[in-house]
Amino acid sequence: MKFVDEFRAPELIAKTGEEIRRLADPNRHYRIMEVCGGHTHAIYRFGLKDLLPSNVELIHGPGCPVCVLPMGRIDDGLSLAAQPDFIFAAFGDMMRVPGTHGSPLEYKARGMDVRIVYSPADALKLARSNPEKHVMFFAIGFETTAPSTALTLVRAKAEGLRNFSVFCNHVTIIPAIRAILDSPDMRLDGFVGPGHVSTVIGCRPYDWIAKDERKPVVVSGFEPLDILQSIVMLLRQLRKGEAKVENQYKRVVPWEGNRAALRAMAEVFELRPYFEWRGLGFISQSALKIRAAYAEWDSEQRFIVPGVRVTDPKAAQCGEVLKGVLKPSQCKLFGRECTPEQPVGALMVSSEGSCAAYYNYEHRKPVTIANAATN
Amino acid sequence: MPIATPARKISFRETQIEMAHGAGGKASRRLVEGLFAPLLFGSSPGPLGDAAHIQINGTQIAMTTDSFVVKPLRFPGGSIGELAINGTVNDLAVSGAKAEAVVVTFVLEAGLPTDILEAEVRAMGQAAEKAGVRIAGGDTKVVEHGKADSMYITTTGIGRLLSGVEISPQAVRPGDKVLLSGPIGDHGITILLARGDLDLEADLRSDTRSVLPLVQGLVCEAGAGVRWMRDPTRGGVATSLNELARDCGLGIVLFEEKIPVRDSVRGACELLGLDPLHIANEGQFLAIVSADHAEAALRALRATPGGEEAHAIGEVREQPESAVLVTTLYGGSRIVDMLVGDPLPRIC
Repeated sequence: MKFVDEFRAPELIAKTGEEIRRLADPNRHYRIMEVCGGHTHAIYRFGLKDLLPSNVELIHGPGCPVCVLPMGRIDDGLSLAAQPDFIFAAFGDMMRVPGTHGSPLEYKARGMDVRIVYSPADALKLARSNPEKHVMFFAIGFETTAPSTALTLVRAKAEGLRNFSVFCNHVTIIPAIRAILDSPDMRLDGFVGPGHVSTVIGCRPYDWIAKDERKPVVVSGFEPLDILQSIVMLLRQLRKGEAKVENQYKRVVPWEGNRAALRAMAEVFELRPYFEWRGLGFISQSALKIRAAYAEWDSEQRFIVPGVRVTDPKAAQCGEVLKGVLKPSQCKLFGRECTPEQPVGALMVSSEGSCAAYYNYEHRKPVTIANAATN
Repeated sequence: MPIATPARKISFRETQIEMAHGAGGKASRRLVEGLFAPLLFGSSPGPLGDAAHIQINGTQIAMTTDSFVVKPLRFPGGSIGELAINGTVNDLAVSGAKAEAVVVTFVLEAGLPTDILEAEVRAMGQAAEKAGVRIAGGDTKVVEHGKADSMYITTTGIGRLLSGVEISPQAVRPGDKVLLSGPIGDHGITILLARGDLDLEADLRSDTRSVLPLVQGLVCEAGAGVRWMRDPTRGGVATSLNELARDCGLGIVLFEEKIPVRDSVRGACELLGLDPLHIANEGQFLAIVSADHAEAALRALRATPGGEEAHAIGEVREQPESAVLVTTLYGGSRIVDMLVGDPLPRIC
């Protein structure tokens, strides 16, 4: 398969793995955070940890939009959708995420009209073909998905489509990285930077991480070779004592980002003064709100939202895992009270969450089996 | 027939039935083992196979039943009627039996156009003829409009055990090989695309077919080495092999590069964030064969029409205990678990 197989070529991967071992100073421990949930998933899916020396540690970052969404927001969205003649539309990612009384999929099984859509434009289509119903698109995601929500809202307004609204949970990545770096127990050496988000925002927004925090950032693709090459680039910088922003994912990410997408976002969204992140708490100016000019298409401005707040059980140590202070398996609930089927904490919810990825792909793996690909 | 005294202790604690309980993964297993088995089969049901083996007057027969609920009713490469016959024939085949007779139950929704029903009944007749199984009887129920999704079909089949093969998860030993009859994921991805919610198209057909000829070919050449078989339907290869790993307590190690997956299935899975190992199949089966019979077994499969793309995809090891591990071409590895609920596409 083109654009996939070249980035999974075994000999290149083996070579890159060797390069990492050569570059890593054996007297030093490296802690590298991959910000994006897509990277976390790929690292586990391809077993990339097996290829790294033990002193190169990967810490899984906050870039999983489903994981960082507070349960109260899901409850709010579902309670709105419980009104008569409502259709709750969301990405497949959301369908199994539990609210207090069940996930959207469970509400669907109990009779709520819940639809999986593949883009906000599909939700708009639903609104056009169901004029007697109100279609609410439950929007999640970072800057990756926010532009398509913005364009959909522009279109809804242009068409004057009144039976459509967006329950907006879009968040932005930079404040989350800042919150992590500001945390006192945080020790990181560098970042594997988000790939898809950067196609929209470009590489400049990471400049402060290099300049002010003196930590290298390499924006990375999602194939095994991309991720390993990004680690090589980080180790090279660290070896030279440099801290720069580099772009490994040039085939997709333009340095300046996507201006048209950024314009669409600016037209429709403004920053919320603060927003709650599951596992991280309230972070100021970290999420997007629909502007007053689009109030009619904003579920939160158009309907009365209960404003449910649900705190995670105290025993769940999601914040510590998110910041890399604890490994998933070191949380007291991991694999016992908290499993992908019955997640207690945020990171167990989506397959991109570090706990779910660790649970699904890693935790029963005996040490002796790693590197046993003989056949 | 001996009737087990039911042990009344149930361990199923969930307050209501959710969709996941029917999806063939962990939740289904909890329901079967925690509620059905203790109340209906006595306290220890043993490993839950694809078909029950029953003795009547000294003759061993295999018996199975399966319900078919699929949307859309027709899809490229097949339809609900064809699935209903092949599914039951296959459940019997992988339990080491040749289907002899099938009875059919239709649950129809009032308002269902007759031509749709007729097409499915014809499809069943043709599939039965092709599979060499007699349809011996049936029953029809009609429910109010809106109470069923067009039609549901249940088929129950009995079969005669093939000679020269005895299968059980307990017979599986470290060193045994894992054989797969052909490419995986065709059926599940075809259905996903046929639902039309995705603006994706691919030249793909369901793989629905009877696997009996392949099973017979295998048993004929290497029957003594065949330890276990299963058709990886809902939940895919990953779920079937996890069930085996749990039942035998051993580890199943798969070599990713050996697992046959068509490019269009792989492409769709990459796009949607799905794992082909979790996608349903309706015309493939897995066999665990002892190492000394593995080569002959693979040759026999490949020599049978429809088995040309069979592969040895892995082996049984002591470790990881009761789990399935996939190793990649470049030395990485990952655990593959059972599916939790239906596979859902990931977008963000």
